[in-house]
Amino acid sequence: MNVIYQFVAGPLAWAAFILFLSGIFLRMIQLFVKVNQPEKFLLHYFSLRYGLRSIIRWLTPFATTNWRKHPVFTVVTFIFHGCLLITPVFLSGHVVLIDEAWSLSWWTLPDGLADLMTLIVIGSCVFFGIRRIVRPEVRFVTDASDFILLVIVAAPFITGFLAYNQWFGATWMTIAHMLSGQILLAAIPFTRLNHIILFFFSRAYMGSEFGKVRHARDW
Amino acid sequence: MSEAQNLDNKNQLDTATEAGISRLTPEKIKKVVDCVIKRETGVRFETYMQTCIHCGLCSEACHFYLSHDNDPHYSPAGKIKQTIWELIKRKGNVDRDFIRRAVRIAHTECNLCKRCALYCPFGIDIAYMMLVMRRILHKLAVTPLYIQDTAHSHSVTMNQMWVKGDEWVDTVQWQEEEAQDEIYNLRIPLEKHGSEIMYSVIAPEPKFQAQLIYQAAIIMNTAGIDWTMPAGVGWDNSDMAMYTGDNEIMGRVKRAHFEAASRLKVKKIVMGECGHAYRSVADMGNRWLGWSMPPVPVVHAIEFYYDLLKSGKIKIAKKYEKPVTLHDPCNVVRGAGLHEKARYVANQLCDKVVEMIPNREHNYCCGAGGGVINCGPAFKLSRTEGNSVKAEQLFNAKSRGAMTLIAPCHNCHSGLHDIVHHYEVGLELKFFSDIIYECMEKPEDK
Amino acid sequence: MTDKSAWDWDKGDKTIDTTGWSAQYKWVEELHAAPDGQTLAAVVNVDQGEFTVCVNATSWEKTFDKIWHLRFLNDGRLTALVSAMGQWTVAVDGSCWDNTFGFVWNPLFSNNGKHIAVAVQRDMRYCMALNDESWKTDFANMTYFALSPDGSKTAACVQVKDADSGQIQKFQKGTFTAAIDGKPWEQTFVNVWHLAISPDNRHLAAEVRLNLYDYTIAVDAKPWEQIYQSVWEPVFHPADGSVTAPVKSDGKWHMARDGKIIWNRGFVQLWRQRFSPDGSKLAAIVAPKFGRWTVAVDQELWAVSAKQMVTDLAFSPDSSKIAALFKSGGYWKIAVDGDLWSRKFDRVFTPVFSSDGRSLAAKVETKGKYTLVVNGKLWQQSCDMIWDPVFSPDGDKILIRFMKDGIYHRRIELTSNISG
Repeated sequence: MNVIYQFVAGPLAWAAFILFLSGIFLRMIQLFVKVNQPEKFLLHYFSLRYGLRSIIRWLTPFATTNWRKHPVFTVVTFIFHGCLLITPVFLSGHVVLIDEAWSLSWWTLPDGLADLMTLIVIGSCVFFGIRRIVRPEVRFVTDASDFILLVIVAAPFITGFLAYNQWFGATWMTIAHMLSGQILLAAIPFTRLNHIILFFFSRAYMGSEFGKVRHARDW
Repeated sequence: MSEAQNLDNKNQLDTATEAGISRLTPEKIKKVVDCVIKRETGVRFETYMQTCIHCGLCSEACHFYLSHDNDPHYSPAGKIKQTIWELIKRKGNVDRDFIRRAVRIAHTECNLCKRCALYCPFGIDIAYMMLVMRRILHKLAVTPLYIQDTAHSHSVTMNQMWVKGDEWVDTVQWQEEEAQDEIYNLRIPLEKHGSEIMYSVIAPEPKFQAQLIYQAAIIMNTAGIDWTMPAGVGWDNSDMAMYTGDNEIMGRVKRAHFEAASRLKVKKIVMGECGHAYRSVADMGNRWLGWSMPPVPVVHAIEFYYDLLKSGKIKIAKKYEKPVTLHDPCNVVRGAGLHEKARYVANQLCDKVVEMIPNREHNYCCGAGGGVINCGPAFKLSRTEGNSVKAEQLFNAKSRGAMTLIAPCHNCHSGLHDIVHHYEVGLELKFFSDIIYECMEKPEDK
Repeated sequence: MTDKSAWDWDKGDKTIDTTGWSAQYKWVEELHAAPDGQTLAAVVNVDQGEFTVCVNATSWEKTFDKIWHLRFLNDGRLTALVSAMGQWTVAVDGSCWDNTFGFVWNPLFSNNGKHIAVAVQRDMRYCMALNDESWKTDFANMTYFALSPDGSKTAACVQVKDADSGQIQKFQKGTFTAAIDGKPWEQTFVNVWHLAISPDNRHLAAEVRLNLYDYTIAVDAKPWEQIYQSVWEPVFHPADGSVTAPVKSDGKWHMARDGKIIWNRGFVQLWRQRFSPDGSKLAAIVAPKFGRWTVAVDQELWAVSAKQMVTDLAFSPDSSKIAALFKSGGYWKIAVDGDLWSRKFDRVFTPVFSSDGRSLAAKVETKGKYTLVVNGKLWQQSCDMIWDPVFSPDGDKILIRFMKDGIYHRRIELTSNISG
């Protein structure tokens, strides 16, 4: 088991990070190389001011008509994304590992709060899953991949929570946690999870078009 | 999928489009899909495909969805799922039934109004995706009969309604003569080189609504505008080829329009109350030709009236008394941000303006734009029934006192006319120019 | 062109006072100055529905129900499209053609001003008429008209097969073709646009669409073998008979001659190609990238560019120079041989070269006032209205026709007095 642990914590972790970073890098390269083919005007209308206006507007809860129309969804979405991004980065367990490896450390979340945030991520995934089944307009555009993505996102949090709380064989659970985390990282550039990156581009483009060309709001 | 097929079995397309579909082979379909996707789409299309998280938040943006009791087949993403997503997933290996359904969805169940762009958290331009679908359908020669015929008219005459060269000039001169009964020395100067303004209209004006040219002439002459209209091609600013995906003809028609202005050496183009024409001139057509912005500034009628009223070139003798409500056309509000100027104009002209709810960028589409009304009478019922939410919005404005409905766009005007009649809303429809003409101070006759 | 040497080129100023015209008539329409500047004319209204033309304060003898498109020809004659008793025809210096029509429009004039062609409609059938003579055949529809440079041949795009609106299959099989002097080509096309008649009058070229998607150039009814995504108007070489046109393939515009691509690069846009009068150079307006416009001469780009548009590309008569108008930021500048003149204007009208190419002048507008710019220098007069400048045959003098305070001036200036 130690060998497996070492493998997952070592080479596989590196592989996952490399896939994540190079995947994003390659996506960006592809985006910028192809941006003028065949539509030659995309960059032409880009506006930092209006791009940021749109991004900031949509990253502010309840600042757009549609966020206001769906208060529950909006609250869940913002808290979910916040917890999803903050928890792994400021989790004391993660920071300790990084400190041990590279002598780098930073502020960490109190464990109780981290637990709560983890449960929020898991709960949100359940919410999104149920929403996909219950709401007809969401069900209609949902396919299997959407549930798989939810599982990929939820898995590191579920396994992390179980491992931390020492339920079901902690070591195995830790391995499962690392593996699922690596799958999530590696999946981001190659699945629709890359919306976390592409959001900024599609939003900035639409923001620029509406602000600079159409002189209208896009929210 | 089975639901969608049932829907289709109930709905045949017009015979010419059916004939086009019957000529399709799986190989032909795949070839065209591959060609359009590979050669004509790029980063934008890919990003939209990869970014959509299937959240369904766009649904409530769409009047078709809202009007069909939230049937997800009509949600923006739902329509993309039934067309583009499926095409890509199946790598173009789709059958005639799929194409038939795609024609119906892309041409008659989406007005390309871009309201959904305001509701998608990622800012995905679903109207653009639908235009890609229409481009594929154009390449497959299965564009609905009426709008295809309109695109043919554009290709031959550079106008929308098969108006011949002599008919155009004759109509303008006839309106000039008529209007001289009201202002004795009124002119509609044709081909006047070096004028400040070229005034362009859409072909339905000379064809069916010549009084709009008359009214424009009265307004121009009263305001003392140095203006002209072209006597040759380029007088029509409309462009249904833009909506059939025949981008080459769209570009050709737009070039004719701008070259008319360039030939006449005018400083700017003022266009009548038409929305899609503005989109074609100042957004899509110019881009196809390589002009990032219109090479000759294009001023929509709303903005022109705003300037005339603000500068006092037009004075209102007596305000329009009946309470009005104002429809914000997609192409000049979401497309050009003219909503506040439209309100200024409405308030200057009318005693009372009752706001529709929602309004401005969030106004509901008329249901006619995006080429949908141009697909012909076969789809009139589905168009009006697909926009009951508009009728509710109008009834609501009426319940708060509105008696007149101002629609500063030709397509909106026709679409709202059908809705007002179908649902017996009981609002009187007007263009801004109708009210300006009715209420303005006119020069004393000699 | 007409011989300008017989004109009065003595330095000085002649005037015509138009201030009384408005009292003479109910209203006076746009003023037109003759090429030699000696006469000033306008359509005028005499009474309700009664029009005539006022030339140097004297009316034409005849009056008409309607007059439009008043223009001076290059030979100094004055022409207009006129209507009486519901019939239309062409009037030249007050005399009408013998033939009358249901409608006439789109007049075309030969360079020497001797020939006038118009599109005519008679009993809802269409044809061209040249110098009062109509084609023997007429057609159900007619678009895009052409007159050969020497004025001897007329051509038009005509519909030869009936297809009512709505008959899309029939239309897509091809109902249009081109006709020269009334004789249509045998082959039909979905669309035919922008005709060009060869300098020797023996060939006719046009843009054609073969089906909804394939475009090419047809010369004497024969399409080029190559098909394209789109094409723009063809031009004939002044001497060798070849046909050159912009064509679009692989999403880019290329310059093609007789079906072969001749420039080694493609453009976002490429149009308005012109041969120098001696045929040695080919220039065109191009957009090398989106939203960027310039001029290409034999595929070499000028270093200067415009963000909004480039227009009025023209060679000097001696083929030595090229001028074009560049618009950026709402202002116009004149470019000559790749250099932009520094002055910018609200409007610049079509520039005029002297015959030896040494001088270039144009009518310009700043804040609603007009003047001339000559070789980059401004003429120090601000006018209410000015016509395009005319150079003397040797280019040393310049004829300036302008209005100031209701007075028309015909002034001869030394070119060097303005351009320094």
